[in-house]
Amino acid sequence: MDKIIVGLKRVVDYNVRIRVKGDGSGVETDGVKMSINPFDEIALEEALRIRERGDASEVIVVSIGASDAQQQLRTGLAMGADRAILLESDTVVDPLAAAKAMLAIIEQEQPGLVILGKQAIDNDNNQTGQMLAALWNRPQATFASEVILDGDTAKVTREVDAGLETIEVDLPAVITVDLRLNEPRYVKLPDIMKAKKKPLDTKAFSELGVATDDAFSVGLYEPPAQRSKGIMVEDAAGLVAALKEKGLV
Amino acid sequence: MANILIIGEQTDNALNAAVAKCVTCARDIDGAEIHVLLLGSSIDQAAATAASIEGVAKVLTIDAAHNANPLAAVYAPQIAEVAGGYDYVFGPSTTFGKDLVPRVAALLDVNQLSDIMEVVDARTFKRPIYAGNAITTVTVKDGYKVLATVRAASYRASGEQAAAPIEAVSTGAEIPAHSRFVSVQTGASDRPDLQTAAKVVSGGRALGSEEAFKIIYDFADKLGAGVGASRAAVDAGYVPNELQVGQTGKIIAPELYVAIGISGAIQHLTGIKDAGTIVAINKDEDAPIFEVADIGLVGDLFKVIPEIEAALGA
Ligand SMILES: Cc1cc2nc3c(=O)[nH]c(=O)nc-3n(C[C@H](O)[C@H](O)[C@H](O)COP(=O)(O)OP(=O)(O)OC[C@H]3O[C@@H](n4cnc5c(N)ncnc54)[C@H](O)[C@@H]3O)c2cc1C
Ligand SMILES: Nc1ncnc2c1ncn2[C@@H]1O[C@H](COP(=O)(O)O)[C@@H](O)[C@H]1O
Repeated sequence: MDKIIVGLKRVVDYNVRIRVKGDGSGVETDGVKMSINPFDEIALEEALRIRERGDASEVIVVSIGASDAQQQLRTGLAMGADRAILLESDTVVDPLAAAKAMLAIIEQEQPGLVILGKQAIDNDNNQTGQMLAALWNRPQATFASEVILDGDTAKVTREVDAGLETIEVDLPAVITVDLRLNEPRYVKLPDIMKAKKKPLDTKAFSELGVATDDAFSVGLYEPPAQRSKGIMVEDAAGLVAALKEKGLV
Repeated sequence: MANILIIGEQTDNALNAAVAKCVTCARDIDGAEIHVLLLGSSIDQAAATAASIEGVAKVLTIDAAHNANPLAAVYAPQIAEVAGGYDYVFGPSTTFGKDLVPRVAALLDVNQLSDIMEVVDARTFKRPIYAGNAITTVTVKDGYKVLATVRAASYRASGEQAAAPIEAVSTGAEIPAHSRFVSVQTGASDRPDLQTAAKVVSGGRALGSEEAFKIIYDFADKLGAGVGASRAAVDAGYVPNELQVGQTGKIIAPELYVAIGISGAIQHLTGIKDAGTIVAINKDEDAPIFEVADIGLVGDLFKVIPEIEAALGA
């Protein structure tokens, strides 16, 4: 296979405690640590391993977002990606538009495989890969915990509610990854220096000709309902008594 | 009058319990007529169950050999064709629904809402984002079909009714050959199913090994509970992946949830926000799990669990 495309979304780091803004206009992102969506790091790691095994020659990381997303693309290059593409947009791009933008890149690059995260941990949509596969009219293998390439096909084990499902898909295909697929590598300092010299192309999202139809309008953001503080019991007998009182045992 | 198509889920001719919960959500859209669409091969029993869910006006089936396994690439074009005549298309937010509904949405060229937790009005919905740390209210503008997955844990199952008609349908959709089912590996168990159990006992990293996790299974059996786990316990190989509870595992709403040796990371708590009573057992009194627990007990699980079992037995 020639190329693998990987999606990298810039999101609030998963360790940050999320706060809804007082006026309900959104979630606090000022001065908050931003990172690569954790699932996307796993997607990139998988692509790098495939290339390192000799099953692909180039890994291209793509991000759709504001110019700040260059930071995450540079991190992706430092992890080992060969080049990066930023589709710059100042407005939030929904999954359907993200999928259409990815498709535009696919048409130019003709990859053998596209690997995305199963979900971006900001909006928790879990849609982009499935939509891209539909628009591209190619197979999808979502929630992957194992990927085995064999010539023109991939055997993918998927984490589903019932357990582990294995499917076989013809390439090119879209794979979305789950957390147990691999453990992403750490970036070393010399790699960060090297990454500065790798190509990062910026294109305006608006020039792709992708319609963003704004079918949704997001109103208020609210914090979730809080559970009221419970009681602490001293010992096993206290616990059983409390459960009995609630009629639970 | 608005009409709603619910994409049903079945396994081996048994209807998934999430379907009756999707129906409850759909019934919150005033005056809509609700149909359930089921795909599969030999699905008469599942269809009969769906027809008996209160609020369902009709069940549509596409019973065909090529639908024997739930491949999104195979199902989506068939569903997209049927969906043409509907204002709303809903599916459960199970792995089946999450895999399938976005593919249908893209074929219809519309955006999709994930995890509806509340219907505000016919075009306005609430859904969680950031692992449930914020709730947004989304309005779908007029003129767009509403495609969505329904967060099953937010809804009770709709009741029963005299069976609605069942109608076989066929489509001219092209069935792709590029995706093939190979196998599914399920940890068969006699315990209550994690997603529908009234009681769930979960264990975390503290268990330390697959062998030691037995104490959780035994305790669950004493309570008649299903078994769950934290991601750390799954990653460490103590239990299989289908037991994971949380943002990237199962979102559940049992009457009783017992978290044992689980610290209470946000991603885990996302999965249990709708539980009736949360019990936490942890040796660290500062563990974040105690902030959400209704009943907390500080102690070493290996000492405390046998004591609880003894107290229950008495
Ligand atoms: C994108 C993303 C998604 C994630 N999704 C999920 C998810 O879906 N579900 C999930 O669970 N996690 C998820 N996680 C992981 C999550 O952040 C935590 O790492 C994980 O939940 C920790 O598991 P734990 O509580 O078992 O382990 P730990 O955090 O290590 O906690 C172990 C606890 O056991 C206690 N303990 C130790 N020994 C004993 C003893 N003898 N008796 C009593 N108590 C004891 C300790 O005090 C501690 O509180 C996700 C993380 C990321 C980044
Ligand atoms: N703006 C974006 N830039 C790059 N990749 C994205 C973007 N949006 C979504 N993706 C990819 O699609 C996956 C699923 O995202 P979502 O459907 O938003 O949950 C992510 O894990 C990314 O791999």
